[in-house]
Amino acid sequence: MSGAETGAETGTARPLNMIQALNEAMDICMARDPDIVVMGEDVGYFGGVFKATEGLQKKYGKTRVFDTPITECGIMGVAVGMAAYGLRPVPEIQFADYIYPALDQIVSEAARIRYRSAGEYIAPITVRSPFGGGIFGGQTHSQSPEGIFTHVAGLKTVVPSTPHDAKGLLIAAIEDNDPVIFFEPKRIYNGPFDGHYGRPVTPWAKHPGAMVPEGYYRIPLGKAATVRPGGDVTILCYGTMVHVVAAVVADVGIDAEIIDLRTLVPLDIGAIVASVTKTGRCVVVHEATRTSGFGAELSALVQERCFHALEAPVERVTGWDTPYPHSLEWAYFPGPVRIGEALKRVMKD
Amino acid sequence: MTEETAPRGNLAPLSLHVPEPKFRPGDAVDYADFDRGEAGRMPRPAIDAAPSDMRDLSYGLVRVLDDDGRAVGPWDPRLSPQTLLRILRHMALTRAYDERMYRAQRQGKTSFYMKCTGEEATCIAAAHAMDRMDMVFPSYRQQGVLIARDWPLVDMMCQVYSNAGDRLKGRQMPIMYSSRAAAFFSISGNLATQYPQAVGYAMASAAKGDTKIASAWCGEGSTAEGDFHSALTFASVYRAPVILNVVNNQWAISSFSGFAGAEATTFAARAVGYGIAGLRVDGNDALAVYAATLWAADRARGNHGPTLIEHFTYRAEGHSTSDDPTKYRSAEEHGAWPLGDPIVRLKQHLIALGAWDEERHAAMDRALAEEVRAAGKEAEKLGILGDGMHQPFSTMFEDVFEEMPWHLKEQSQQMFEERKAAGI
Repeated sequence: MSGAETGAETGTARPLNMIQALNEAMDICMARDPDIVVMGEDVGYFGGVFKATEGLQKKYGKTRVFDTPITECGIMGVAVGMAAYGLRPVPEIQFADYIYPALDQIVSEAARIRYRSAGEYIAPITVRSPFGGGIFGGQTHSQSPEGIFTHVAGLKTVVPSTPHDAKGLLIAAIEDNDPVIFFEPKRIYNGPFDGHYGRPVTPWAKHPGAMVPEGYYRIPLGKAATVRPGGDVTILCYGTMVHVVAAVVADVGIDAEIIDLRTLVPLDIGAIVASVTKTGRCVVVHEATRTSGFGAELSALVQERCFHALEAPVERVTGWDTPYPHSLEWAYFPGPVRIGEALKRVMKD
Repeated sequence: MTEETAPRGNLAPLSLHVPEPKFRPGDAVDYADFDRGEAGRMPRPAIDAAPSDMRDLSYGLVRVLDDDGRAVGPWDPRLSPQTLLRILRHMALTRAYDERMYRAQRQGKTSFYMKCTGEEATCIAAAHAMDRMDMVFPSYRQQGVLIARDWPLVDMMCQVYSNAGDRLKGRQMPIMYSSRAAAFFSISGNLATQYPQAVGYAMASAAKGDTKIASAWCGEGSTAEGDFHSALTFASVYRAPVILNVVNNQWAISSFSGFAGAEATTFAARAVGYGIAGLRVDGNDALAVYAATLWAADRARGNHGPTLIEHFTYRAEGHSTSDDPTKYRSAEEHGAWPLGDPIVRLKQHLIALGAWDEERHAAMDRALAEEVRAAGKEAEKLGILGDGMHQPFSTMFEDVFEEMPWHLKEQSQQMFEERKAAGI
């Protein structure tokens, strides 16, 4: 079987940034399936405020790639109706911070339509949305609301951390027959970020995760990636924090096992349990606020399944329970200092 | 000095207006100042008329049947007696079905029910004016669409009973039907969410060069939801082939239409600001509803854009089995309603045409009651709510996703183990 059938990576790899990788994923999916439509604020002629949909309208026409009115409720409601017709909409919510007006349509409609109609109607919708901070976006352009969506029955939630994964995961999300919330860590659209905001930006080209195969391939939803194998402590993270964590681990010289979850729901519980059982210690890192954040779920799962293997309490390094502050962004952001302190605490005993 | 103790100067104090309905329990009802307009008076524009040229139709009332049961004016759809009788029969069948299911709820056979008594024309005449495969996005009071599409009563009853015959596996509250085969979208309990969905369906149909149009219903109360306005914006922007119906039955549970803005303007006039066609129709006049829907459907099919139709009607019964309307409105309202009853008015029209009479009508009612009774018996053979478990426990975890992920498999397993351990 060819890669086009199995989803295996067969194309020649070359470096792309995350925007280019996402664009390529949508392009490939649209070429394969005429029922895929891309919609959202500024996504058409202009190609999106982050340029993720650039060139798609020119290639596929205005009835498949179009600008929408500024109503996230409307975008999502229309997507549910289009899905009822048989299309596979890929709406873009310009910033994750703007997703709340669409919440009723996502939570009460898209997420439940398969269940409430016993499969008569489905919502194969992939909601793409840039999320996370580190760009001086203040409280309305920086949030990480993934925990709101992982809490909802019927939704899948995906967060890529490299161009390579972004492409393969987005293709898998678009082909999935259930609604997927696809959060794109916008801080790393153009290059990985080690958490040292004063340093010059590194482009993706030098990072191995930027090597993106040409053509079609899928990364199955629900499979984590071990970014760095190690024996001392397991660090669970996703999105931008994968790169911050990797830099801290390299700096402090701890033999940590870094797991990039990639998909939060469904979660790769096997990878988590295997790692924590081996290391006996676990640190969870995310940018979102702490209380009821996804870290709470991870911490509970590790405690339930790895209790006897644990040698220290599970640590959570997260954003503080405050709105995302503009000028104090780097005091809010769970950066190298805080991750380093948490690693020291968890390794103490 | 705090703000509170600061002198006002010579500014008059502000006052807040909180709407209050004209009649409350015990009040005598008088609709003398209600201007229903003359039947046949409103003009019928061409289907491609510019919305700006037909604004009067958003404020007046399209009426076809006059007080003598005659069809008059340019909106008369000139239907054959056969078609009129089919509409009459579906309205009477819906009323008989409602009576039976309401009683079933009172007898403890299900948890909840909602009648559409007095509003039958607003969905049944509309459904007759659309194509059978045009997609409908109903609210919770459009059971008449399923009946107009000859959907089996037994199937509807099984849903209301959440029994073994319920295709929705007992997951939805009673009356939240879904039928892909009847082009009837799954009903949500969250209000007006179906409005942008209908627009999206219509946009998809147009984008694909299909011929199907879509239609949605909501109550006047839910026009206040953001979804309603998002839907009208999308419908206007993309000229979606969609018919958006507002059933103005005057009451949203205990809140009169004034709380949705009726003191200030009509609901059809919401169309004016969005630049789409708006029609305000006598919702108790099946011919007017039929004619308005057909006009809107032809307009949509001709790529002339969406239409918002306000059906001016009256909710003759409570909101649902869970409220008592005598606690918040005058019991006289229904009897005094100046637009009458949709079944009575269509019956009068057919009698005036010489195609019908009281004896045949009474015989039809008896036959329909028997049809509903027989369907009820058949449905109840498959169980009633609360009388035994009609769905295997495992179905609770199915259809959350296409493929069941590990955490749901685990939770399902846990449920079985806990029940086993507890000896149940």
